[in-house]
Amino acid sequence: MSTSTLPRAEAWPSTPSARRARRVQAVAFVALGASALAIMVPAVLFVGFVVVRGASAINWEFITAMPRDNMRAGGIMPAIVGSLYLVVVTMALATPVGILAAVYLSEYARKGPLVRAIRVAILNLAGVPSIVYGLFGMGLFVMVVMPQVLRLTRGGGESGKSACLLAAAATMAVLILPIVIATTEEALRQVPQGLRAASLALGATRWQTIWRVVIPNALPGILTGLVLAVGRAAGETAPILLTGAFFWMSHLPRPAEALLEPFMALPFHLFTVSTQMPDAPEKLRWGTALVLIIMVVGANSIGIVIRSWLRTRRKV
Amino acid sequence: MATAPGLMVGSVDADPVSDCRCAKFETHGLTVHYGGFEALKAVDVAIGSCEVTALIGPSGCGKSTFLRCLNRMNDMIDGVRISGQVVMDGQDVYDRRVDVVELRKRVGMVFQQPNPFPMSIFDNVAYGPRLHGTRKMSDLEVIVERTLREAALWDEVKDKLRQSALALSGGQQQRLCIARVMAVQPEVILMDEPCSALDPNATFRIEELMLSLRENYTVIIVTHNMYQAARCSQKTGFFLLGELVEFGDTEQVFQAPADRRTEDYIRGRFG
Repeated sequence: MSTSTLPRAEAWPSTPSARRARRVQAVAFVALGASALAIMVPAVLFVGFVVVRGASAINWEFITAMPRDNMRAGGIMPAIVGSLYLVVVTMALATPVGILAAVYLSEYARKGPLVRAIRVAILNLAGVPSIVYGLFGMGLFVMVVMPQVLRLTRGGGESGKSACLLAAAATMAVLILPIVIATTEEALRQVPQGLRAASLALGATRWQTIWRVVIPNALPGILTGLVLAVGRAAGETAPILLTGAFFWMSHLPRPAEALLEPFMALPFHLFTVSTQMPDAPEKLRWGTALVLIIMVVGANSIGIVIRSWLRTRRKV
Repeated sequence: MATAPGLMVGSVDADPVSDCRCAKFETHGLTVHYGGFEALKAVDVAIGSCEVTALIGPSGCGKSTFLRCLNRMNDMIDGVRISGQVVMDGQDVYDRRVDVVELRKRVGMVFQQPNPFPMSIFDNVAYGPRLHGTRKMSDLEVIVERTLREAALWDEVKDKLRQSALALSGGQQQRLCIARVMAVQPEVILMDEPCSALDPNATFRIEELMLSLRENYTVIIVTHNMYQAARCSQKTGFFLLGELVEFGDTEQVFQAPADRRTEDYIRGRFG
């Protein structure tokens, strides 16, 4: 108003096309905001629901004791430990294979129809229903591979089952491999070509380049894929259903023997107490679900912290 | 250090390294195809040791392709076909028995876009020596300091060797990349438009550096900038449409080009 020397706003009236463009933009912003809100609401509701219902079930006994009264009371410790074991063994199997396969596909393999076909096959594997993996794991690991392993390791002794942690983890590893491979490949693709060229031009071999330059730079992205895979491995039920998860165990196997013994797992336990035992107290279910969520979120948080630490370490 | 004057062709004082004057590289009928496209057409040339050779020409003329044949960086491109010979010190570098890793240790390369690794300044310079077996920290420290001094970067970075190289300016990054190459102690340094992403001041520092490099290295530089070629090089080659049109003393190429097309390009009639 004090700018009397400037031309008045009417000197530049907005044209009909500019007004239309602004209306379209307003509609787009509303739609974008609403969508963001729409995904927030169920997420908050969902987590809130589980927390509210499950928090009261959680106490020291719940997470450290064996189940009692046919799993109607007591704790869920064996399921927690079983899920931890399962995730650790699964990742131990899937991580090296997945990363090496991705490195091969994106750094070594000649671009051609064969590599394209392999890549498509991997992506399709990621879409196979998990119960199919369970059936596959039972057919291959439980019925064919594990009996051989057991025969070799103890010559027909008393302990060890062919449906066991190792068989279930192997099945789960096959299920998460496509995730690990696809995300690792994507992370490797993000590494600038200039860095590879610089390393090769200094007389590095391709492997030295991959080991010293490409993988360190792709590590945050690779880690993201591993975090996703951990969540999947912790949460899937179908693949372990047929390969080694038991709905109840009287004792925890000793760590040394755990690989060849069946195990309890949180998602399967949740399924059992929710569907097979109508008279089980309801808070048992929500408590189990909450513990599962906490474990997955915890694993993700650790992954995110490591990732951001890796990123800052490379800058400034 | 930088005693070499810019355009005084053939004025290099009679230094003891007299065998340094013979041809470092010779190519015989060097031809490169990318798929069906002939990027380089039967290039025959001899490039001398311990001088700066500039390769000029319009975009897509094949000068970068030629450069990348000398350390076999073209090998990695899909669908490339290379025929003819590249001879370095009497050895065909495309011979089956030549280890490309050995070749690249001898023939270093600096790229158009400064591409320091996302690691510390020290680790960038130490990358090559570490690759090739230097492990002792004290040895590495000596190499890093000597190399950064040679690259005229030491004074600017000596207090922040442990900081990320990405925090440096573009010009400093490029000098770091040159230092990183020098740390491997190559005989030849190839530069693929090393200044085209830099401002004039940074360009000036790199040109100074190139002049001093000439004392110990064979330098071959691809450049878009004809003034740069005139200022920094002793020999100049002009490429056009994959053909090496003219090659000779820089002064002669710029003052009295033998070929009409060279003259047109240098006078700014095209390109």
